[in-house]
Amino acid sequence: MTTKTVSLKIDGHDISVQEGTSILEAAIENGIDIPHLCFLEGLTKTGACRLCLVELKGQAKLFASCSTPVSDGMEVITDSVKLKEYRKKTIQLLLSERTHVCSVCVANKNCELQALADKLGVDHVAYEREWTGEKVDSSHPFLVIDRNRCILCTRCVRVCDEVEGVHALDLKLRGKDSQIIVDFDDSWANSTSCTSCRKCAKVCPVGAIYVEGEPLSQTKDRNIANFVLSRRKK
Amino acid sequence: MLKEDNRKLMLEKAIKDHQYQASALLEILHKAQELYGYLNREILSFVASSLKLPPSHVYGVAAFYNYFRLKQPGEHVVTTCMGTACYVKGAEDIISAVEKEFNVKRGDSTADGKLSIFTTRCIGACAMAPSIVIDDEVVGKATKEIVIEKIKLLLGGKKTETS
Repeated sequence: MTTKTVSLKIDGHDISVQEGTSILEAAIENGIDIPHLCFLEGLTKTGACRLCLVELKGQAKLFASCSTPVSDGMEVITDSVKLKEYRKKTIQLLLSERTHVCSVCVANKNCELQALADKLGVDHVAYEREWTGEKVDSSHPFLVIDRNRCILCTRCVRVCDEVEGVHALDLKLRGKDSQIIVDFDDSWANSTSCTSCRKCAKVCPVGAIYVEGEPLSQTKDRNIANFVLSRRKK
Repeated sequence: MLKEDNRKLMLEKAIKDHQYQASALLEILHKAQELYGYLNREILSFVASSLKLPPSHVYGVAAFYNYFRLKQPGEHVVTTCMGTACYVKGAEDIISAVEKEFNVKRGDSTADGKLSIFTTRCIGACAMAPSIVIDDEVVGKATKEIVIEKIKLLLGGKKTETS
């Protein structure tokens, strides 16, 4: 099978990638960093976190680079002043939506949200915080879900469905009321479909799903989806 | 396990008519709610295993749509339209007053199961805003006094017990 290559410009650099690649993947391939949270190599793209927004020359609106395929002659800008402001606002909105307190979080210093906030210079949250009081489900023998820390990136839902092939996790409700559920919104211990494979904890960018008693630095594995899928028999 | 009765037979028939296709999930859920009035765990579980769909997916779809009810509604159902026109015309005041008067929260039923109150998006009666649906009757240009009076009449003229 021959694949067409596409030439485009990202931040002034000339780049050639395979047709069908997303802007974000093209950037990563060429060492250009675009902030992102919901995107994970190997999983389908959802464009949920809105952090990877980029500007396209000649277009007024912003595009989620993870789910926008490259096209010939495209000129992408990844870090204008406007984008930096937007990303800072997005991080602040994510931080304000639930209960994020780094100092008491298992993911402290192992958190992609915290790392991005730090990197983008978010030193305060300008929005009123929700301080959600969701119950923590620690009924499973070793997996814990704390929905107060969830940013609804759905990496866990996708890894469970696409890599483990079980789809024990999904989302309920909508908007900011959305929650990650196990089976029929049961406690995790009662799940009949969960295989306790831990992939959800491995890919969670924050401290919402973790393995009890295990440091998150040890649990987290950003490459797990890609590792499994690339070796799977077609 | 779902009880063996006519409703289950009809639900099974609907599933068969759709050839057990996973893509028919929404139609099947509609049928199930039409038959049972709401969707509980047993019903969702039956649908999930018949269509060979993951439980969390079936639950997620049922919870996503406002139309589906996951809890058994009370004997009488009051639905407040929260569409833009009704909202602007004070639907929030009315529903808050009803919540207070009958000690029940939106989306829930009273302790005795006599009354449920729900909110919905636009019912298409904007000209009569605010609109409240009490059982099958649409009350246009509603006020909290009218609505509370009507609910009290339905409940047999006496106020529900406050728990």
